[in-house]
Amino acid sequence: MKLAEASVITDELKNLLNVEFGPEVYEVEKGMLKKFADAVGDPNPLWRKVAPPTFATALRLDELTQKMWTVKCPLTRFLNAGNELEYYQPIKVDDVISVTGKLADIREREGKMGKMLFMTLELTYKNQKGETVIKGRNTIIRY
Amino acid sequence: MGWSIKVAKQVFYEDVEVGSELAVLVKHPTTMQLVKWAGASGDYYPIHYDKDFAQANGLPGVIVHGWLTCSFLGQLVTDWMGEKGTLAKLGCIYRAMHFPCQNITCKGKVTKKYVQDDKYYVDCEVWAENPKGERTTPGSATVILPSRS
Repeated sequence: MKLAEASVITDELKNLLNVEFGPEVYEVEKGMLKKFADAVGDPNPLWRKVAPPTFATALRLDELTQKMWTVKCPLTRFLNAGNELEYYQPIKVDDVISVTGKLADIREREGKMGKMLFMTLELTYKNQKGETVIKGRNTIIRY
Repeated sequence: MGWSIKVAKQVFYEDVEVGSELAVLVKHPTTMQLVKWAGASGDYYPIHYDKDFAQANGLPGVIVHGWLTCSFLGQLVTDWMGEKGTLAKLGCIYRAMHFPCQNITCKGKVTKKYVQDDKYYVDCEVWAENPKGERTTPGSATVILPSRS
């Protein structure tokens, strides 16, 4: 008889599912866009006025991210598994962006690095007019 | 880093067919670029700049941020679609890691074109390759292109 292996999905983690975090609010300054485009090494002059495609990752929902890192779980190493962004409106210089989000999905899998936990976050970015500018899905692995 | 600004000719919906390839973009992120990325994005997880920490985590050394590779794919697509193109979707999956000071080659191909609500959509598969030519980061993008009609 084999003992059932304990799940790495703790109650603390389960309790986080679908809990809304935020908003965290950011004023988009010209310098932020420049610094970001420079870090990508993308010289497109368009990024002086509007945000480059992945700029949303700089508008962090720290409270939720921190929870993903500190929530009780026997797996302590992290990797990014994937990102998806849907664009509805451009983010422009001087926009004020509010970020909200939640842990939308948790899955356990056996991978090449042993037991892995996939945590999918859903994020919504709105501008000062209340328009949704971006929706994002980020999947983080704990292993 | 000596970039030259490319003045690409605007691509129109009528110019692309299923199978059309996006102009290849080769990136070569140094460890310094990873530090700049950490600062610009706010991702300070030490596996991206602290070799000892990365190795203690079972990695061969520091690795490139997934989001930075995704950003390179974003650059691939926005360079291609030009000023009058609009990015509607971008996503990728990180199957294997990239290491600093190695080429990351970004490629893409048109998989579908369609008109919906009077907008001219083009779907592309995009991906990044490591120096061995392996697809580390498969992804997809949807853009809206201007039409000549």
